[in-house]
Amino acid sequence: MIEAKNISKSFGENQVLKDISVKFEKGKTNLIIGQSGSGKTVLMKCLIGLHEVDEGDIFFDERDFSKMSFKERKNVRKELGMLFQGGALFDSLTVEENVMFPLTMYTNQLMEEKKERVNFCLNWVNLENANRLFPSELSGGMTKRVAIARAISMNPKYLFCDEPNSGLDPHTAGVIDDLIQRLTEEFQMTTVVNTHDMNSVIKIGDTISFIYKGELWWEGDKEHILNTDNKELNDFVFATELTKRLK
Amino acid sequence: MVSRFGAYILLMLKVFRRPDKMKVFRKQFLVEIYNLGIESLGIVAIISVFMGAVVAIQTAYNIDSPLLSLTLVGFTVRQSVILEFAPTIISLILAGKVGSRIASEIGTMRVTEQIDALEIMGINSSNYLIFPKVIAAMVINPVLIIISMGFGLMGGYFVAIFTNLFTTQDYVEGIRIAFDSYTITYAIIKTIVFALLITSISGFEGYSVKGGAIEVGAASTRAVVWSSIMIILFNLILTQLLLS
Repeated sequence: MIEAKNISKSFGENQVLKDISVKFEKGKTNLIIGQSGSGKTVLMKCLIGLHEVDEGDIFFDERDFSKMSFKERKNVRKELGMLFQGGALFDSLTVEENVMFPLTMYTNQLMEEKKERVNFCLNWVNLENANRLFPSELSGGMTKRVAIARAISMNPKYLFCDEPNSGLDPHTAGVIDDLIQRLTEEFQMTTVVNTHDMNSVIKIGDTISFIYKGELWWEGDKEHILNTDNKELNDFVFATELTKRLK
Repeated sequence: MVSRFGAYILLMLKVFRRPDKMKVFRKQFLVEIYNLGIESLGIVAIISVFMGAVVAIQTAYNIDSPLLSLTLVGFTVRQSVILEFAPTIISLILAGKVGSRIASEIGTMRVTEQIDALEIMGINSSNYLIFPKVIAAMVINPVLIIISMGFGLMGGYFVAIFTNLFTTQDYVEGIRIAFDSYTITYAIIKTIVFALLITSISGFEGYSVKGGAIEVGAASTRAVVWSSIMIILFNLILTQLLLS
């Protein structure tokens, strides 16, 4: 489980996160939703330590991440996988080398063992024959799937996904959602997904945290998000013409 | 400017650390030897030949007095190429070629979140990305400069062959007059310092990019400009220290 307690973050005069306390549960897909500029990406970057919080604490299974030194954080980071919005694959490496990269850096496995693990991860994301391709040769959906394969190569306990469906067609976005949910359930990971895609919210939102103007505005799940009387949340959920008509 | 210098020093403190995995570092080092050194061989050779040839022609044209020996041409080419043209001019050329490459490569990695991905994995990204480049340049640039000296002297020799300004015998004799091997040491020391400046400044500019493609381009330009300015400044300082 990941827990954020009373975290605040400012950039200069601009306070982006205001006293947020939230829990992300193990074996569940925990969604952070909110409009662009609401602070959800900053919240995720604080959780993984790319931004330091001004106040508050972040716990990874009761280990206080925010108080750890760089060396201590390194041990937690080995248990952490991240899917970036654009994939963030290393351009100069092939698909195989990208997925193998964390194994090369942190294990002393033989090449055969590493290749076996890479193929296992690539099979998981249905990319059996892409080992020798470079990131520039991949489609958007394939890039995301390779990024997922790299994120899970070290068998992480925590998986973070920053807008995993951005730039993808609805069908491919659905495939990525399915992958994230299957991974979470099968490997009992604590998954945190940052999104504003309502399809994902309805499909995989085991727990949902709605961030509004830097504050935690609403918490619930996919069963309750469509039937809330929270005005700001309703404005967000039913913002598109399609969702308005469905309502 | 002071705060940027402070940021540069702080980054270098992170860069100059023991790599996370020596095996990976060795591989990166060899890749950078190829990228920064071997790939620059062509331009270094071409510029050096023409540089040596031009110095030879200019010197020959300026020797009007019959009392002056034409062996002076070879002597002048040798001294100019070894003391200044090879270490300084070639380093300035490399600042343009290698500096912009490093800044844009690392800058692009920054804006596409590849550096964030390294950080998330718990890797010291500045050490992983910049350190092999710095060490590789400090090793391969002196080799390039020695090669440049050879090509520079050859340029003057070609002038002797293809013109009748002076003979090849005069030229070779001039090259051998009063040779002091310390000049080579001086050139290599300068080159090593210049290599450190080019790679660390360019690495810093790329690493500290914020924004998108326009900022990557701006960082690349800053890398070349600041590397060049620092090369010229340190050229003066090192010359005073090593030759006075």
